[in-house]
Amino acid sequence: MYLTKEDEKVLAGESGYAARKSMEILVALGDLFGADKLIPIKSVQVAGVSYHNLGDAGLEFLADLAKDGRVKVPTFLNPAGMDLQDWKALGISEDFAAKQKLVIDAFARMGINTTCTCTPYLIGITPKLGEHVAWAESSAVTYCNSVLGARSNREGGPSALAAAFIGKTPNYGLHLDEKRVPDLLVTVDRKLKTLSDWGALGYAIGKRANNKVVLIEGILGTNSEKPSIDYLKTFSASIVTYGAQSLYHIKGVTPEASKFKDPKDKITIGESEIAEAYKAMTDEYKTIDFVSLGCPHASMDEIKEVAGMLKGTKLASGVEMWVSCARPIKEQAAKLGYVKTIEAAGAHVAADTCMAVAPLKGRFKSIATTSAKGCFYCSGHNHMKTHIGSVAQCVQAALSGKWS
Amino acid sequence: MELKGKIVYRGKVKGEALVTKQQIAFYGGIDPEKGTISDKDHELNGQSFAGKILVFPSGKGSTVGSYGLFRLKKNGVAPLGMINQSCEAIVAVGAIISEIPMVDKIDISKIKTGDIVEIEGDTVRSA
Repeated sequence: MYLTKEDEKVLAGESGYAARKSMEILVALGDLFGADKLIPIKSVQVAGVSYHNLGDAGLEFLADLAKDGRVKVPTFLNPAGMDLQDWKALGISEDFAAKQKLVIDAFARMGINTTCTCTPYLIGITPKLGEHVAWAESSAVTYCNSVLGARSNREGGPSALAAAFIGKTPNYGLHLDEKRVPDLLVTVDRKLKTLSDWGALGYAIGKRANNKVVLIEGILGTNSEKPSIDYLKTFSASIVTYGAQSLYHIKGVTPEASKFKDPKDKITIGESEIAEAYKAMTDEYKTIDFVSLGCPHASMDEIKEVAGMLKGTKLASGVEMWVSCARPIKEQAAKLGYVKTIEAAGAHVAADTCMAVAPLKGRFKSIATTSAKGCFYCSGHNHMKTHIGSVAQCVQAALSGKWS
Repeated sequence: MELKGKIVYRGKVKGEALVTKQQIAFYGGIDPEKGTISDKDHELNGQSFAGKILVFPSGKGSTVGSYGLFRLKKNGVAPLGMINQSCEAIVAVGAIISEIPMVDKIDISKIKTGDIVEIEGDTVRSA
């Protein structure tokens, strides 16, 4: 990979420890994946924020980098292991909270905006068509590539940080035109009416696409209007969780779709494939003790909908319910009275965090959620039974303690 | 025997090889305290790679795996060096931040468990 004279100096350590380490990481990745050069990026999203995933060694690594590492481009964070303000209400221990705060402090010393969210595009961070960025959370990367048409590889924690300290990333993968060309045509022959329908579609396509980029048709034919941001964000989360590719195109919806010819390889997703996806994410176990909405982080529309359904109700005893979102969305929702309504019912608006990265192992037996991605993390990582359905079904489960 | 590969992290180390044909997940598939493989389905399950030259085709799994290697290093139970057939980003970044000498693009079928192997830059030698 070609390096400028300036890059060479950074590699030799002239700009300090964090910059040298970062350049080593970028050069190794560039050489490994055949990048020709480093390209400038507009923003970075760093993953590996929850202390639950980092442990003390990860914390130490970040503290070392924070000594002389300063970000060169706007950088923000993936969700943390807790609501950074109301963590006690979520049942997080003092010890965990203290460690999580040290992680956030280290990121703050690096000059990072410590807003922790997987939906930066809901709070004003919206890269433009063709712009290069280095984002790390898989649903955010997929939304960014597909819906916004900006360009990002799926970065790991350290490689995203390296890109932030250098302000550049190696030019390979989804930064290149040729890697964005679809190689599988997917015809959708089924009406999609709820968030969980879009999650099920992501499951059905992800499981069949292997590592292919898909071009999807039939969405506008069967569904009269364009899918909402909420549908596209849950679909982005699901397709990359159950598949591997962080880019898709939808005819008539995503900005690059019209550039491409139909790929030769074809599959159809209809009623039976969607039903199979629902079945795979639904356990027989009917008792519910955890309800989680907002994976990816909830929009104001979603919070308003949940508040409307919870108004004047009480959760069943023994049920915990989280509506996860970005801090700025929670603040707005508080001003509009939604947070009060949700809390009055006994549920929580959990900012900065979510069920996939909070320390939940052993706390709950069975979750109800709108999120296909959430099912994957809660069943695999946290050994919960899972139920997926609409917002109304999940709220009903929270009020009754049962899935029906 | 001398094999040439591609440097992932430059260094010179010599030790006993532990070889597997299966991929390794450094988040969830290893014990970061003990330096052993903890993945129940792995052929090396329960075996220690601490202080050895760990030879495997490539890494797999979560992007948190880079921190898994770092935790091993901090706990003093990391591999002495690593050799891959076709390295992916998670292990590469893990080797760099943990400063574990590592070579990629090596025909790992040429190395057997128990061989005394030396890594020097892009070169792998065994007796």
